[in-house]
Amino acid sequence: MAGPVAATARRVLLQLLHDRRTSALLLVVPSVLMTLVRYAFTKQPQVFEGVGPMLLALFPFTVMFVVASVAMLRERSSGTLERLMAGPAGKGSLLGGYALAFGAATLAQVAVVLGVSLWGLSLRVDGSIWLVVLFALLDAWLGMALGLFLSAFAKTEFQAVQFLPAFVLPQFLLCGLLVPRDQMAVALRLLSDFLPLSYAVDGVSRVAYTTTLTGAIWTDLVVVAACIPVALALGALTLQRKGE
Amino acid sequence: MDNLIQVGGLVVDRSGQRVVDGIGFDVPSGSLTGLIGPSGSGKSTVMRCIAGVQKHAGGLVKVGGYEAGSRMARGLVGYQPQRPAVYLDLTVRENLSYFATMIGVGASGVSEAIDRVSLGGEASRCVERLSGGQVARVSLAIALLGSPSVLLLDEPTVGLDPVLREDLWRLFATLAAQGTALVVSSHVMDEAERCERLLLLRDGRLLADAAPSALKAETGTTDLDSAFLAVIRTRRV
Ligand SMILES: Nc1ncnc2c1ncn2[C@@H]1O[C@H](COP(=O)(O)OP(=O)(O)OP(=O)(O)O)[C@@H](O)[C@H]1O
Ligand SMILES: [Mg+2]
Repeated sequence: MAGPVAATARRVLLQLLHDRRTSALLLVVPSVLMTLVRYAFTKQPQVFEGVGPMLLALFPFTVMFVVASVAMLRERSSGTLERLMAGPAGKGSLLGGYALAFGAATLAQVAVVLGVSLWGLSLRVDGSIWLVVLFALLDAWLGMALGLFLSAFAKTEFQAVQFLPAFVLPQFLLCGLLVPRDQMAVALRLLSDFLPLSYAVDGVSRVAYTTTLTGAIWTDLVVVAACIPVALALGALTLQRKGE
Repeated sequence: MDNLIQVGGLVVDRSGQRVVDGIGFDVPSGSLTGLIGPSGSGKSTVMRCIAGVQKHAGGLVKVGGYEAGSRMARGLVGYQPQRPAVYLDLTVRENLSYFATMIGVGASGVSEAIDRVSLGGEASRCVERLSGGQVARVSLAIALLGSPSVLLLDEPTVGLDPVLREDLWRLFATLAAQGTALVVSSHVMDEAERCERLLLLRDGRLLADAAPSALKAETGTTDLDSAFLAVIRTRRV
C-alpha cells in the first residue's frame, strides 16, 4: 500500500507545483497577513503577542481546508475520482496520499511564516517551537479532512468556496481569536467547546507563554489529534465507489 | 471462467427514470463486441455498470465471476469513460505513471501504453496543452495500462483522424486475439463493422445481439447503417 499512498502524495504535490501561483500564495500569504497584523497594531504590541500565535494555528487550517475541498471537487468533476474508484486501489491510499501531500505543504508554509514571525516580527514563543509546528500540522490535517468531507456536498467550485464563510469563519469567531472564550455568551461558549479549532488555538497560545509541557497542552493536543481520524472517516464515507 | 463478463436482467434507474430495462448478455475472453445505439440509449450506463461505478436497481453484473465493483473484479477491468478522465495539470507521463502505480503496473507498462496510442512525442507535455483527440488518447492509454483482461472503451475513437482510428481498431483486434474481452461503444457504423458481434441498444433495451454480417442478412440490407435503421424501425413498440 506504500506505493499508492506515496504516488498519490507525489501527484497532489506535482499538481500544486505545476500551479506556480497557488504555490506562491500558499507560502507567502500567511507571512504577509502576519506582518499586517503586527504593524496594524503597532501601537498595541500586546495584540500581536496575543493573536500572533493563534494565527500560526489558523492559517494552515484555513488554507488546507480550501485547497483540499477544491482539489477533491475537481477530482470528482473531472472523472478522475471515478476512474480511481473503478480500479483496485483502496480509499485509504487516496486519503493517505492527500494527508502526506498536505502535510508536506503545511511544513513548508509553517516554516516560512514561523521564520518571518520569529525573526522578522519578533513574535514571542516561550515554549517549544516544535510544539507550535506540531499544532500547525495537526490543524492542517484537520482542515484538509473537513475540506475533503464537505466538498462532497458542493456541486460547483462556487459552492465549495462558500463553505469558507459558512464553516470556517464561525469557527474563527468562536475559537477565542477575537474574544476570549470565557467572555462569550454561555451558549456560544459551550458550542466552542465542541469545535476542534478552539483546542488548537488554546493549545498554541499556551505553548507560546509557558516553557513546560502542561497537562492542558496535552489535552489540547489529544483533542485536536483525535478529531482528525473522525473527520477523515467522514471524508472516506463520501468516497462512494458507485454513483447514481 | 470463459465468459469474462456476465450481465443478466440488468435494470438501472437514473434521476427517477428507467434508463436500462432488463438487458442480458455474456462476453467471452478473446472477443471484440460493439455496443451501438442512438444517443441516450444507455450505452455508457451499461459500461459503467460493468466497470462497477454505477448503482443498479436489479439484475446481476459479473466480471471474471466476481460481482462488478468488488475488489477482485476491479483488478480485471480497464475502463475508458466517455469523457476523458485525466489530470489536465499534469504531463502525459505523469498521468500514466500515477494511474500505473495505483493499479500496480511498472514503468515499462507506462511506456508501452504511451506507444500504443502513439503519444511518444507528447509524453512530457502538460495534458491541458494537448488537442482534444490527444487528450482522448491519454485517457485510452490509462485504460490500456497493465493489459487488463476486460477492456471497456466508451467511444474511444471520437475526434480521431482515419489513420489513427485504423491503428486503434487494429490494436483492439490484436488485443482480442491475445485473449482480452473488449466492449467498445461507437456511433460510427463503419467502425462497428470491425466488431465480431454487435449489441444494439435502444431506450435501455437490447434490440439485437448478432454479428454484423448476420444483422445485415437478417434485415436484407447491404450496409450497417441501413441495418441499424431497419432494426430500429421494425422493432418499434
Ligand atoms: N449523470 C446522469 N444523471 C442522470 N441521468 C443520466 C446521467 N447520465 C445519463 N443519464 C440518462 O441516462 C440515459 C442513458 O444515458 P447514457 O449516457 O447511458 O446514453 P448513451 O447511449 O451512452 O448516449 P451517448 O451516445 O449520447 O453517449 C439517458 O436518458 C440520459 O439522459
Ligand atoms: Mg455514452
